[in-house]
Amino acid sequence: MLDPRISVIGERLGRISKIIAVSSGKGGVGKSLIAATTALILSKKGLQAGLLDLDFTNPSSNMILGVSNVYPIEEKGMIPPKIHGVEYLSITFFAGDEAIPLRGEDVTNVFIEMLALTKWSDLNYLIVDTPPGLGDVLLDLLKLIRRLMFLVVMTPSRLSLGTVRKLLALLWGVKAPVIGVIENMLTEASASLRDEVERLGARFLGSIPFDPEVERGLGNPKKLLETKFAKRLSSILDQALEIT
Amino acid sequence: MTTERGVRGLIDVTIRIGELQQIDLETFKFALEQLSRQYSMHIKFELKEERAEFRCGVCGEVWSFERENLDPEIREAIHVIPEVAHAFMRCPRCGSPDFEVIKGRGVWIESIGEGIKC
Ligand SMILES: Nc1ncnc2c1ncn2[C@@H]1O[C@H](COP(=O)(O)OP(=O)(O)OP(=O)(O)O)[C@@H](O)[C@H]1O
Ligand SMILES: [Mg+2]
Ligand SMILES: [Zn+2]
Repeated sequence: MLDPRISVIGERLGRISKIIAVSSGKGGVGKSLIAATTALILSKKGLQAGLLDLDFTNPSSNMILGVSNVYPIEEKGMIPPKIHGVEYLSITFFAGDEAIPLRGEDVTNVFIEMLALTKWSDLNYLIVDTPPGLGDVLLDLLKLIRRLMFLVVMTPSRLSLGTVRKLLALLWGVKAPVIGVIENMLTEASASLRDEVERLGARFLGSIPFDPEVERGLGNPKKLLETKFAKRLSSILDQALEIT
Repeated sequence: MTTERGVRGLIDVTIRIGELQQIDLETFKFALEQLSRQYSMHIKFELKEERAEFRCGVCGEVWSFERENLDPEIREAIHVIPEVAHAFMRCPRCGSPDFEVIKGRGVWIESIGEGIKC
């Protein structure tokens, strides 16, 4: 059966220059924080940036951005609201603070609906926050957003490295462009896995230290952007995305 | 494109639209009529809504929207993204959030002309 929703997705995303998924395979490595902060940083640099939260069962970008009580404008689709300069869309606009227990097929449906309904403007970058796992959402992303690029996040743990190896193999296997790997939450107790990442054949973009200030910046984008975390991320992005 | 083969007589077409499908019925009908006119076809479109129904994956209970006492705002959200129902509804019999939408999505032709069912 022809799904009319899928045929409009290309059109809806057509005015966006680059679409970047922040992925890790593993949970809790800082994807959401990096995705949301990346969108804020790009916007602050004067670029048009958007943030799409695809973690439907456990969204967190709304908390990072401190968003509540906003709703997209409906106009033959949805126009995403602008939060601190970032065009933003999350399932929380519709489900509020409730948990949304969804099975795989439902996840795919929500994904398709959000892509088919949202009218992004002429963005330079759309940053996509993804849920952990190498299953449904990753497969849907690869299927539904053709020009997708991947920013891979890991922590300096060999467990994290193991997952990154699988994720990279999967992405390279379908010829999806991988911008590189960011190592997050580096502490004095941990050694960087830079060499190991490079041995996998991926571009190592840099390490971000564990920054206790981050917690206080959650829900307050201004404060968040002033953290060491954000400053380090900003310089990593300058290089990775060749922003001058 | 030839219009010669266009059927001359008036045809009745019934289209069913799921209640959970975000479609403006009037606009959709207008678009269909314009399209049929382009091909010199005389079609009378009737658009009917299909009410949404849910089935519990645990105990099998089937229920409809009307049985739910939902806020208009939540109703609206469910119309935009039906899966959002999982945040607000539970099986009325066993309380499970593990249910599926069995009716009320999609758009299809129900019948064409007299007695031709699709
Ligand atoms: N560099 C850092 N310094 C301090 N805290 C951090 C850093 N990176 C992430 N965190 C914190 O770690 C926790 C997990 O981060 P986040 O929610 O972004 O991970 P995630 O990969 O999106 O998780 P999930 O897989 O559950 O979606 C959060 O509390 C976040 O604030
Ligand atoms: Mg997350
Ligand atoms: Zn039940």
